[in-house]
Amino acid sequence: MLNNINNIRLQFPILHQEVNGKPLVYFDNAATTQKPKLVIDALQRYYELDNANIHRAAHTLAARSTEYFEATRKTIQQFINAKEEAECIFTKGVTESINLVAQTWGKANLKAGDEVLVTTMEHHSNIVPWQMICEEKGAILKVIPISNSGDLLMEEFDKLLTSKTKMVACVWVSNALGTINPVKEIIQKAHAVGAIVLLDGAQACSHLQVDVQALGCDFLTISSHKLYGPTGVGVLYGKRELLEAMPPYQGGGEMIKEVTFEKTTYNEIPYKFEAGTPNIGGVIAFKYALDFVNELGKENIAKHEDHLLKHFVDGVTQINLLNNHAITLVGQANNKVSVQSFTINNMHHFDVGMMLDAKGIAVRTGHHCTQPLMQRFNLEGTVRASFALYNTTAEVDVLLQALGSIVKFSNR
Amino acid sequence: MTTTDIQNEIIDNFSLFEGDMESTLFYLMDLGKKLPAMPDEHKTETYIVKGCQSKVWVFPTFIDGKVHFEADSNTEITKGLVYLLWSIWNAKTPEEILNSELFFIDKIGMSSMIGSQRSNGFANMIKQMKLYALAYKTKGA
Ligand SMILES: Cc1ncc(COP(=O)(O)O)c(C=O)c1O
Repeated sequence: MLNNINNIRLQFPILHQEVNGKPLVYFDNAATTQKPKLVIDALQRYYELDNANIHRAAHTLAARSTEYFEATRKTIQQFINAKEEAECIFTKGVTESINLVAQTWGKANLKAGDEVLVTTMEHHSNIVPWQMICEEKGAILKVIPISNSGDLLMEEFDKLLTSKTKMVACVWVSNALGTINPVKEIIQKAHAVGAIVLLDGAQACSHLQVDVQALGCDFLTISSHKLYGPTGVGVLYGKRELLEAMPPYQGGGEMIKEVTFEKTTYNEIPYKFEAGTPNIGGVIAFKYALDFVNELGKENIAKHEDHLLKHFVDGVTQINLLNNHAITLVGQANNKVSVQSFTINNMHHFDVGMMLDAKGIAVRTGHHCTQPLMQRFNLEGTVRASFALYNTTAEVDVLLQALGSIVKFSNR
Repeated sequence: MTTTDIQNEIIDNFSLFEGDMESTLFYLMDLGKKLPAMPDEHKTETYIVKGCQSKVWVFPTFIDGKVHFEADSNTEITKGLVYLLWSIWNAKTPEEILNSELFFIDKIGMSSMIGSQRSNGFANMIKQMKLYALAYKTKGA
């Protein structure tokens, strides 16, 4: 467990404010997490002291920013236990990481009749890039269905997985349901038919231990802003042999070895995929977020967050006992992270979101960029509360109380 | 009552909540219930107000020189907002609608209350109702 939650909260300046006259309760962590002071300071320090373009000029500032930039690569390599730093490519987020794979690996490897498997619970960013490349190549996108509780139907996966399957692109942890998918089993089965596996790690990496070598995944996508780091920074992990064989993504500076008007030769990985000037300050500050999470320990964080989730679900059960089951939990997988979607009878999720905002509580409402998943549950959207390492049971109680009065109002 | 009188009454009613958001929102949702039912056959694509986060329909008719509105929304808070506009402008002449300034919005702290995304939707509702009034004015003249 995380002891000393108050000390942890003190490191997040944004938490200490009032919203609509009430202390802010931030439960929209699955959308983006808040940033510790260390990260904010690192960003500021970079622009005040170190700003220079990387991998280029011979001056001291450039050397310094290059060194710090590459230090983050080392840290993320260790964070996910990649074999080598060169397998970690900086992008602007998970969306770009997935598009990169679809547009390079997909372009080089998919042909007419090939199949790409995704799950019903994918974020749009792990659907649309595959739809685009499948359409271009005449490949077919197939969908692994889920149960009412929000678990993948593995026997359906077994049926869909054939020698035609070239790619299994699968969310590790669902942002809308919180479900932790059995990715190890998925990877083993996919590899057995010769398919490549991309894991969307947007939500997983802040909650779960990540070891890409133990998992054996071919690609993993990571987003800094969901991991207590700056926005506009992401990582694509890929196995060296795959990355080397892939054509470049964007052309420009940094990604070349030599350019003539007749022919250009490309740089080595990871630089081959890092055209142009990246978000240098953001990447440098991301290291501080990773160090922060490492120091607290993923296991401790997960225990704390699981406790918050259980406290919330128990509270909802109580409200439901007294109010004719007014709240429906959406996503009740056995194995899940601290994300809980729900709906309230006779109340639109937008109205619930505004009522909670009136109490200083920030939640997400809507389809969570998972419209096919919402359609699966016959919903237009849900309210989603997602808990992070700096949240407290007292805050969960504030939410439960607010929900209690909304439910009473809706029953009037 | 003139559009000014109605707005003054709205301001008075909202002032009772002394800026407490939660009670204001509950009140708005209750106001929404007062909106006369809108027949489903009028809730078509044509009568949707574009640019609202929630769905909002406004269906106008022109009877004896006055504009009558049917309106509805799929969310309750927005329906309360729709009710406010309806209560000010329903069964008024196009001129009354076009010449009225909606001063109640600032006075009841509407913009801080409904957030910028919804404010935009609200602005679109206002624009749409005025456009209908303008159309009848042009046609009816
Ligand atoms: C599961 C999942 N995949 C992808 C994304 C997109 O990530 P990014 O914001 O880094 O592009 C998100 C973020 O909402 C997500 O939750």
